[in-house]
Amino acid sequence: MPPQRSTVRVRVYPLGDAAVLAVLGTRLDPALNTRAIALAAALKKRRDVRQTVAGHASVTVQFDPDQVTHEALAAAIRRLATKRPPLEEPGRLHRIPVVYDGPDLEAVAGQLRLTPQQVVEIHSRPIYRAFLVGFVPGWAYLGPLPDELVLPRRPVPRTQVPAGSVAIAGHQTGIYPLNSPGGWHLIGRTTVKLFLPDSDPPSLFRAGDRVKFFAARE
Amino acid sequence: MTEVFRVAAPGLFTTIQDLGRPQAIASGVTPGGAMDRFAHSAANLVVGNDPSAATLECTLIGPRLVALRPCLIAITGADLEARLNGAPAATWTGFSMSAGDELTFGHRRGGARAYVAVAGGVIGDRWLGSMSTNVMAGRGGMNGRRLMSGDVVFAAEPFYLADAGSHLAANLRPQYADHAVHAIDGPHAKRLTTESRSALFSSSFSLSPNSNRMGYRLDGARLEAPGEELLSFGLIAGVLQLPSGGQPILLMADHQTAGGYPVIATVAGASMPLAAQLAPGDEVRFVETSIEAALEMRAAQRAALDSII
Repeated sequence: MPPQRSTVRVRVYPLGDAAVLAVLGTRLDPALNTRAIALAAALKKRRDVRQTVAGHASVTVQFDPDQVTHEALAAAIRRLATKRPPLEEPGRLHRIPVVYDGPDLEAVAGQLRLTPQQVVEIHSRPIYRAFLVGFVPGWAYLGPLPDELVLPRRPVPRTQVPAGSVAIAGHQTGIYPLNSPGGWHLIGRTTVKLFLPDSDPPSLFRAGDRVKFFAARE
Repeated sequence: MTEVFRVAAPGLFTTIQDLGRPQAIASGVTPGGAMDRFAHSAANLVVGNDPSAATLECTLIGPRLVALRPCLIAITGADLEARLNGAPAATWTGFSMSAGDELTFGHRRGGARAYVAVAGGVIGDRWLGSMSTNVMAGRGGMNGRRLMSGDVVFAAEPFYLADAGSHLAANLRPQYADHAVHAIDGPHAKRLTTESRSALFSSSFSLSPNSNRMGYRLDGARLEAPGEELLSFGLIAGVLQLPSGGQPILLMADHQTAGGYPVIATVAGASMPLAAQLAPGDEVRFVETSIEAALEMRAAQRAALDSII
């Protein structure tokens, strides 16, 4: 039997003169994300690579242009991407208590033709995957969100979202680690701290971790 | 470690910066570091430091610093009218200060950010492997914040004392009056409409008032790059992203670590020092560049730094 080859086609785009963006796909898919994380880790081991970060289904690679050309690195990325990723250990499981009283809960339920209680039940049912830690310190894109809860972002983002807000948008959910602007729908809040500036790493979540929400009282 | 300066006046926004904490992006923490790596590195090299040593990054209005002991320092980057005891101070050149000497700044005459290096290197709080100030997290540098009056700036003891007068040759110093920034097509450049593509490379943009170390919002032609929503991916400084409103944002040193807006261009590494010297209200033009040309510019810049002895 020939060695199994994956069908993932990777596109490699220049990101300036010392970085590339390698795109593995365009779907929110845990398997693609697993591949992206494995590819980022494999590339990080190269001497000519300075930094890698896995996206939802991509890897951003900063490299030393004195040691390797865009073309040679792109070829290496394509080669590595065809390898089957190592079997992923299940990520650490975080159980997050949520008080589901967000300012958008009623409106979200109305738009989805559900009761607020149904929104809470559906949101707290799955074990989500942390696809990507980034954007702001401690933020993790969690998903996939069940289809019943999918809504576009708010048309006008809020200028101030309180830290700890639990939010949904598209096929994703997340927790705002810091007071910041935000365009997601706020359905609840948690007291769990996500950004831990005096820990190393300073983020509670890491890419590949698993997150389960449960309804809690104040 | 010894005290080198007392901060008599902090200036507008003076922070301790080194080359940042690139590995922290895995936790969503911005890499940070000096905005203008060329001027920062030159200041360090002129006083005999490693380019990775920390300096003071002084934004638009410089601080008033009183030397607490004899030291060798250098000022590079923006021309903020540096003065030593009232007389014009040398720039891009190492010079000595005696205890009690005063370094002041006047008006901004070119550029936006000046760098003050001290032989031995400025010492600040180290956080996640870097002394760079991260104001959002309140960590690194001077207690995680900009300098304030009454602060005392510390420096390491130099391994050896370079001679005063070491400098970057005048013809190698950057010209900040020319606001042409070289840029390479981004991963989503093909999404740009024909009109938007030509507007990007033929018109000029101005930095909106809410431009800062995180990024520059650019006022000018509204650009269009329609297409499917993108999954979020890792970002780097120099990326020109285009939110749906059509106003491009150039990401700078304290950029967000991930995002999903189309990246229509990426500024050449060698043009980032010039971009770092832009201030709100300044006009900027993007010049389309190949990767090969960008790498040549990068090599020329490094040769300039290597010429400092």
